[in-house]
Amino acid sequence: MIPHRAPVGDPEAAIWAALAEVPDPEIPAISVVDLGVIHRVELADDRSTLRVELLPTFIGCPAIEMMREAIGLRLGELGIAERVEVSLTFAEPWTSDRISPAGREQLRSSGFAPPPHLRDLGALGELPTLTMVACPYCGSRETTLENSFGPTLCRAIYHCAACRQPFEAFKPI
Amino acid sequence: MTDLDAATREALAELLLTLADDEFVLGFWDSEWTGIAPMLEEDVATSSIAQDEIGHAKAWYELLAELTDDDADRIAYGREPEAYRHAALMNHPRTDWAFTVARRFLYETADAVRLEALSRSSHAGIAGLAAKMRREETYHLLHWSAWMRRLAEGPETRARIVAALERLWPDAEAIFSPLAGEAALVAAGVLPDGLAALRAAWHERTATELHALGLPLPVDDAPAPPEGRTQRTDDFRWLWGEFTSVARADPGASW
Repeated sequence: MIPHRAPVGDPEAAIWAALAEVPDPEIPAISVVDLGVIHRVELADDRSTLRVELLPTFIGCPAIEMMREAIGLRLGELGIAERVEVSLTFAEPWTSDRISPAGREQLRSSGFAPPPHLRDLGALGELPTLTMVACPYCGSRETTLENSFGPTLCRAIYHCAACRQPFEAFKPI
Repeated sequence: MTDLDAATREALAELLLTLADDEFVLGFWDSEWTGIAPMLEEDVATSSIAQDEIGHAKAWYELLAELTDDDADRIAYGREPEAYRHAALMNHPRTDWAFTVARRFLYETADAVRLEALSRSSHAGIAGLAAKMRREETYHLLHWSAWMRRLAEGPETRARIVAALERLWPDAEAIFSPLAGEAALVAAGVLPDGLAALRAAWHERTATELHALGLPLPVDDAPAPPEGRTQRTDDFRWLWGEFTSVARADPGASW
């Protein structure tokens, strides 16, 4: 991504541009913004504090601390506020529908099937009707779920019958 | 939440400790399957579920630490075995695979009932966490229900599941053992339904699911044991020795 230089007097644009440069530690193709984990950004009027609240994708996600640190460092470099505070919140649950359209494309191009949209899956209890996943390599929908638990908490393992490739998909949650 | 009186805050601390300890101890027992589960895919699944539970425990411990001005790691690793408040269900070692599946089934169904209630809590921190956990636990429920179906089919595995359910049922009731100060929590809406009501809902749910699998329901109508969260076993003391070994080797170390 080309670093975005915000015009003087538009700190918010500069903050979001900087956040867009912070990759997800587990899937670096996607940024924390496209992943939808930024809940709120708040710059104090006197610019003493810049507060950022994150929504963890999974409560036990070990990458969240790395994300927090990376965001703190990147925003600190901007020199917009005296202090940067990055915290976690569960004020609303992160859901896989928060991944942006661009983020879904970034996932696909790096070999991860993006999650089905929750609106297509019915009730929460029926969530893992994980049949609606297209192969990220050949696009076929002739895929089967091998394991709804994968190498990280947010990923499931599939197999594509058309191109005979195993692949990972981001879980709908 | 600062507008709770001292007695309610104390009861809230007790509730959070039970929630955290249940997930923490179960997560550690299940992590014992890492590397030796019945097949590779299951190894990944059980380990992933165990990781989820440790993560949930961490979140509850942090909420508790905030309330009591303590440190989450200190609460998790700095207590003697007798100070843990997990339900008796989590006193047992992992034993065989059918035993683990039966324990998981009993726990997941009970936890689903409990989290549904907590997601309606007047305490915003609890409600938010419970709502998020419910989404993650959906995957656990489906996973262990699939194993229950599978094991209920074969004659030997079925006998093992039946025996494990009978052995574990009384200790699973302890998940709903009465808490000191529970009435105050219900009155404040922190715990929207009392534990006895949740226990009844859990009975109903397990009865339906076990009936569908053609498995007997080992329910007795005795109330949940009041001492169900305070009795500790040698098996748990052994596990405690394992999961606190690093913390005890260098107290106060930073990572």
